[in-house]
Amino acid sequence: MSELAKLTVAAARDALRAGDVTSVDLTEACLGAIETAGALNAFVHKTPEIALEQARAADARIAAGDAPALCGIPMGIKDLFCTKGVPSQAASRILEGFTPEYESTVTSQLFEAGAVMLGKLNMDEFAMGSSNETSCYGNAVNPWRRGNDTTALTPGGSSGGSAAAVAADLCLAATGTDTGGSIRQPAAFAGITGIKPTYGRCSRWGVVAFASSLDQAGPMTKDVRDAAIVLQAMCGHDPKDSTSADLPVPDFEALLTGDIRGKVIGIPREYRMDGMNDEIAALWDEGARMLAEAGAKITDISLPHTKYALPAYYVIAPAEASSNLARYDGVRYGHRAALSRGEGINDMYEKTRAEGFGAEVQRRVMVGTYVLSAGFYDAYYNRARKVRTLIKRDFEEAFAAGVDAILTPATPSAAFGLGEMQEADPVQMYLNDVFTVTVNLAGLPGVSVPAGLDRQGLPLGLQLIGRPWEEGDLLNTAYALERAAGFSQKPAQWW
Amino acid sequence: MSIDTKTAARVAKLARIRVEDEALPALAHEFSAILDFIEQLNEVDVDGVEPMVSVTPMQLKRRADVVTDGNIQTQVLSNAPDAREGFFAVPKVME
Repeated sequence: MSELAKLTVAAARDALRAGDVTSVDLTEACLGAIETAGALNAFVHKTPEIALEQARAADARIAAGDAPALCGIPMGIKDLFCTKGVPSQAASRILEGFTPEYESTVTSQLFEAGAVMLGKLNMDEFAMGSSNETSCYGNAVNPWRRGNDTTALTPGGSSGGSAAAVAADLCLAATGTDTGGSIRQPAAFAGITGIKPTYGRCSRWGVVAFASSLDQAGPMTKDVRDAAIVLQAMCGHDPKDSTSADLPVPDFEALLTGDIRGKVIGIPREYRMDGMNDEIAALWDEGARMLAEAGAKITDISLPHTKYALPAYYVIAPAEASSNLARYDGVRYGHRAALSRGEGINDMYEKTRAEGFGAEVQRRVMVGTYVLSAGFYDAYYNRARKVRTLIKRDFEEAFAAGVDAILTPATPSAAFGLGEMQEADPVQMYLNDVFTVTVNLAGLPGVSVPAGLDRQGLPLGLQLIGRPWEEGDLLNTAYALERAAGFSQKPAQWW
Repeated sequence: MSIDTKTAARVAKLARIRVEDEALPALAHEFSAILDFIEQLNEVDVDGVEPMVSVTPMQLKRRADVVTDGNIQTQVLSNAPDAREGFFAVPKVME
């Protein structure tokens, strides 16, 4: 039975259409796998009744000959997406008890396509973190371990629950969101595929906001083909999100030919940082060699402002977060602090937010407040926005020079141990996003593809960055890389 | 840049987050570390560079100026910690 949960979306789709399996079978297999995987703490709100109801409806649709690609496919949904009548907390205490009266556009589209929701997935609080350790639900745990060492490792963050659930075959695919690397870093840590599309591809409506100019949703899947299939269903114009692009969504799967002959792949020299992990450096070289062998032309490029991407991000993202998170005031939804006699509305705001937000969220809201405050706005916020313009220009110049995609490592290391970064200052944790954050600042699509194991037996990923709106071409290059790398390892089941 | 506890307290106040006095030195220290990191931006020559407004050049769409939603008072109030007589209830704000 649990073998069914190991299927890819594409294989399950074909089996459903052929009548070899039903959505109820697939869904029950996943629900069974979730029941025995409590140790991973990936699913934090389970919705078996909704799942089985959706599965029965999907089976009826398939029987009637109306079977979109995702019809009957069991998925996990990151807790950041508002799902009607189902707790949607962004892994924060401040949204305890919140059950939305509406459905996010992305999940609506998935459900219209027939997808089945198994439940909500763990994440860093408000998507702020790189290790899933800021969650109010506790840590999600990576199904991968260092050989026989039983140390619990992080699945990465912020979409840590999504990465753990897909890697452990608890669902066929999951949704994630990515503000600075939150899809691509956990995908790399868990040996799966994750794509952040171009800013504006997916509607942000109903997705709890962190940094609105950077946030994008995307799929986390077992392979590149599945990423193409699920992304297709998530994309599209939405009148309820004025930044969502009114552009046709191509058939991404149809573009997966694996033919990348003549494509120009840029290798940005600024990403080869001092003290770079030698295994990551070797994997990167190997990735370039594989793409060259597949017929691509490899060329060195320069993205001179790379070094300033993280500092710019840590001005812009907290600034936007401080504004977005002002809405959590204990009035309209979520947690409200108990007040003592004589305490007024300001006490209510301050106590509610102190009790409801975790340490990292408080820190970022306050940093954002500081950089936007009178006297510092120009020095920090406006300067960071100017640097962002330069970072985007670096990419534009590379693309104008004929580069089709850019190859980089996905992360500076393999998954690290939960708790290992506890003593480090916040900036150390921020460095996890060093290869991914530029992509959000430039609004570009980026995909993380598992490409090998390190000496400890942990997966490592490579990132490909594409031209705006060319996710199809990007996924095709990722497909060629996936085929050449041939990564098919799975974590040994210990949970 | 070094942030003192007085500045940390002022920022906490502006952000409407209660921070106890004994927690302020540690918070000020963390702010200082983050701001030191951010200070690297001062190395960049940004003369004549426009601050980014929108990462993808786009014309925001307009729509007809008509009511498209409403009459959902129950839903609007359904998640309120305290709702009374069709309103959100808060502690007294004026004497």
